[in-house]
Amino acid sequence: MTTTKKTRLVVIGNGMAGIRTLEELLKLAPDMYDITVFGAEPHGNYNRILLSPVLAGEMTIKDIMLNDVDWYAQNGITLHLNKTVTQIDRVRRKVIAADGTEADYDRLLLSTGSNPFMLPVPGKDLPGVISYRDIKDTDEMIEAASRYRHAVVIGGGLLGLEAANGLKLRGMDVTVVHLMPWLMERQLDRTAAGLLQKSLEAKGLKFLLEKQTEELVKGESGRICAVKFKDGETLPADLVVMAVGIRPNTGLAETAGLYCNRGVVVNDTMQTYDPRIYAVGECVSHRGIAYGLVAPLFEQAKVCANHLAQLGISRYTGSVTSTKLKVTGIDLFSAGDFIGGEGTEEIVLSDPSGGMYKKLVIKDDKIVGGVLYGDTADGSWYFQLLRDGQNIRELRGRLMSGQSHLGNSGHQGQNNAASMPDEMEVCGCNGVCKGTIVKAIKEKGLFTLEEVRKHTKASSSCGSCTGLVEQILASTIGGAYQPVDTSRKPLCGCTDYTHEEIRKAIVERKLKSIPEAMGFFEWRNVNGCASCRPALNYYLLCAWPYDYRDDPQSRFINERAHANIQKDGSYSVVPRIYGGVTTPAQLKRIAEVAEKYAVPTLKITGGQRIDLLGVKKEDLPKVWADLDMPSGFAYGKSIRTVKTCVGSEWCRFGVQDSTSLGIALEKALDRMWAPHKVKLAVSGCPRNCAEATIKDVGIVGVDSGWEIYVAGNGGIKAEVSLFLVKVKSAEEVMEYASAFIQLYREEARYLDRTVHWVQRVGMDYVKKRIVADATGRKALHERLKDALCDEKDPWQERVRGAEAQEFMPIRFQSKNHVSGDTHE
Amino acid sequence: MSEWIRICPLEEIPRLGSRVVQTVKGDVAVFRNGSDEVFALRDQCPHKGGPLSQGIVFDRKVTCPLHGWTVQLDSGEAVAPDCGCTHRYRARVDKGEVYLNLS
Ligand SMILES: Cc1cc2nc3c(=O)[nH]c(=O)nc-3n(C[C@H](O)[C@H](O)[C@H](O)COP(=O)(O)OP(=O)(O)OC[C@H]3O[C@@H](n4cnc5c(N)ncnc54)[C@H](O)[C@@H]3O)c2cc1C
Ligand code: HEM
Ligand code: SF4
Ligand code: FES
Repeated sequence: MTTTKKTRLVVIGNGMAGIRTLEELLKLAPDMYDITVFGAEPHGNYNRILLSPVLAGEMTIKDIMLNDVDWYAQNGITLHLNKTVTQIDRVRRKVIAADGTEADYDRLLLSTGSNPFMLPVPGKDLPGVISYRDIKDTDEMIEAASRYRHAVVIGGGLLGLEAANGLKLRGMDVTVVHLMPWLMERQLDRTAAGLLQKSLEAKGLKFLLEKQTEELVKGESGRICAVKFKDGETLPADLVVMAVGIRPNTGLAETAGLYCNRGVVVNDTMQTYDPRIYAVGECVSHRGIAYGLVAPLFEQAKVCANHLAQLGISRYTGSVTSTKLKVTGIDLFSAGDFIGGEGTEEIVLSDPSGGMYKKLVIKDDKIVGGVLYGDTADGSWYFQLLRDGQNIRELRGRLMSGQSHLGNSGHQGQNNAASMPDEMEVCGCNGVCKGTIVKAIKEKGLFTLEEVRKHTKASSSCGSCTGLVEQILASTIGGAYQPVDTSRKPLCGCTDYTHEEIRKAIVERKLKSIPEAMGFFEWRNVNGCASCRPALNYYLLCAWPYDYRDDPQSRFINERAHANIQKDGSYSVVPRIYGGVTTPAQLKRIAEVAEKYAVPTLKITGGQRIDLLGVKKEDLPKVWADLDMPSGFAYGKSIRTVKTCVGSEWCRFGVQDSTSLGIALEKALDRMWAPHKVKLAVSGCPRNCAEATIKDVGIVGVDSGWEIYVAGNGGIKAEVSLFLVKVKSAEEVMEYASAFIQLYREEARYLDRTVHWVQRVGMDYVKKRIVADATGRKALHERLKDALCDEKDPWQERVRGAEAQEFMPIRFQSKNHVSGDTHE
Repeated sequence: MSEWIRICPLEEIPRLGSRVVQTVKGDVAVFRNGSDEVFALRDQCPHKGGPLSQGIVFDRKVTCPLHGWTVQLDSGEAVAPDCGCTHRYRARVDKGEVYLNLS
């Protein structure tokens, strides 16, 4: 072998798993391989799962192409269409197709998918008897529907029902024959299946349950004419679709002597028993499981690509799958162990006449499975809880009413994507309606929330419509949608390491700058990106408050300019007004500055202070100098305000001095950076005028002391805070509140609000660290004081000339001469 | 017409940062990346006109501060899947001084 020649990779099977692997590989190592693909079908790679909408007449074949022939050419891939590989010569490392085409390989990827299982009954090879697997089958069904009347679908599973629904929509008279006592028994319990059957019957489908097919009867024309059952009954049929299951397509691998056991057996790196040969997709058996849904296959593809690219750092450890039926108008979701058994308990909510059924199976305070029918709005949420193995004890009371009932703003209270009309707005931030999202998913072949965000911008801003977008994804592509595993979230696309791993290494390996951290973790992109740089900057700042030099270029503009950028590129300035208590002198100064700099808008903020909106960037240092007030940090992932009510000093109900405590807290936390914004409030009595129970830390005065609440949120998704502890004195409040905030600073992921973090780690954990462990609490409090004692006010530093370039544009003085006038 | 105009010494643009130059053709953002290359773009994002000069710079790209589009510094093209282009001007460094060409 000469060194100039590239390694050769041959792919057998031009389907969803194989080509996804190539896409992932090309992202990681675009030039590593000379790639050849063999495909038995005459088409480029298409989205097999959308054959159902094609059959139903909702889409065309053109709509469902994922990679057309041009794509292969553009990526320098040799594509052999319509060529079935019949032999793998492992000694000479060569594959041979039926027509004699050969290709040599250094690495081989098997992605041959699976074969539909055909019942071994007489007549199974008659014309008019088909399976449902590819474009050819679909075309045949469409063609039959235009000429014949009676269709029988054998198999009442996912595939069979989608076929039956499509044929019915194309005008055929359809009967579904099923061996088991209820439909989709592998995904549904009896009650849910009953509801499903009822709504499909309402669409005109007929069902024969517990029926065993004995023979497919040949008619005079030579074509199928009837189906005969064991009990002697017969049913007329011009078309029979067998959808009774699939078998991994391992014939080729077996002939080549590769170890197979109901699938080509692979290890966690997707490697077969021949180290040069990898396998992905439905043809694979991994830890004894062969998957038949797209989502796990895509996870396999990602891992396989990583190893083909010789990065060698990822493992596939299996998937938990969920199912959705893609029949328009039917909403059904199923995941995990939905039947239950010893040691499990069930929570069931059932309204059969309203067509609604919800069942969750719970074991050891964790969701292990569930079935939803009629209202699947919370399917993604439950599935996430299931996959993450999250303890649901605290959620139990509101589990059934669902996440979407916890108060979402921004989309008219809609929480059921299926019933939304196409023109209804889903994402209020970016003005994206449902139809646009569905169209993008179908036309661009999107599979993940991230992809939808990138392409449509839906849910990419505030994120409150994430649940809706997930539902739309799930109902458009079925079980192919898999919510991300939040328990292992890489920091960003530049690395595979998680926030937690990176934070730990920063401390343990004493990494003290962004380049050091990126070097240590072998960041994929030079300088990272706009997601990881601010996160790293914060993590370093939090770990090394004395040693780390803040990197302004790794901060979002608001934090670099210490003001909020507005949509016209001007800035807003919010000076700090501790506890919302001000003086005539302060107010006069603000008024004078507003006049002097012609500030177009003055607004009282929700945080009890005054916002000067529309200041030009170059005026900022002068405005700050004239105001001579501390920065309100209204722009940062930082302490915002401590909102207070008037409290016992004036209020006739007040039992505690909420204003003084609020001011003291705001002074103690001044200039504090955090993973996200931090808002506090203090109320002087349980009437709670400061709305303390929707804050990151809320304090409510009672006669005998103070109650401390944490992890509330008043924003996109209203979250009522959780009770942490009751204490007697204001000093104790300072200690507990600071300790809680410091724990959040040290352990939350960048951009987590306290609520997200607490939901992940659990309130029990927080109480253990803050309430039970007095030494730990005091240490946290001290660490926060330490971190803040040297922080300078950013405005006053800039008034004295720091970062002057940031604010000064360069101006032409004459046509040819330009000067960098940093000062007037 | 090909006129190079001296802007400022290279060190007056922060590494992985930018300066705004006010010109007869409007604001131009002059960027300096991690390997001290300089680039100049019209200071308007192809999306909704956000000031690209205020974005985070990495590699040969900048991410717009308003809605997070990423724009290629060497071409002015938005990075896929976003689609759009902002005007690019020529910029270079010579003996530690940054020059801009508006033609
Ligand atoms: C109608 C329908 C609806 C579905 N709906 C869903 C759904 O809603 N959600 C979901 O998650 N999944 C769904 N699936 C399943 C999903 O499509 C499959 O899991 C997925 O396509 C499997 O990918 P694969 O690459 O392993 O196999 P395939 O996509 O089948 O690709 C294998 C390819 O290899 C070719 N091939 C085989 N042997 C050879 C050979 N020797 N030489 C050359 N080429 C060969 C085959 O012709 C085929 O093109 C559906 C499937 C069908 C048929
Ligand atoms: C870039 C967009 C945003 C800007 C520029 C912005 C700016 C501000 C400002 C300046 C304040 C006054 C705060 C203070 O006095 O410190 C404020 C308050 C507030 N913002 Fe935003 N905000 C933005 C996005 C959001 C979002 C997305 C939410 C919802 C999660 C939100 C929720 C709030 C709430 C609830 C308050 C009131 C705080 C209180 O009562 O204590 N803001 N915002
Ligand atoms: S919360 Fe209580 S003390 Fe504070 S203003 Fe309201 S009623 Fe008065
Ligand atoms: S204006 Fe730049 S991303 Fe919207």
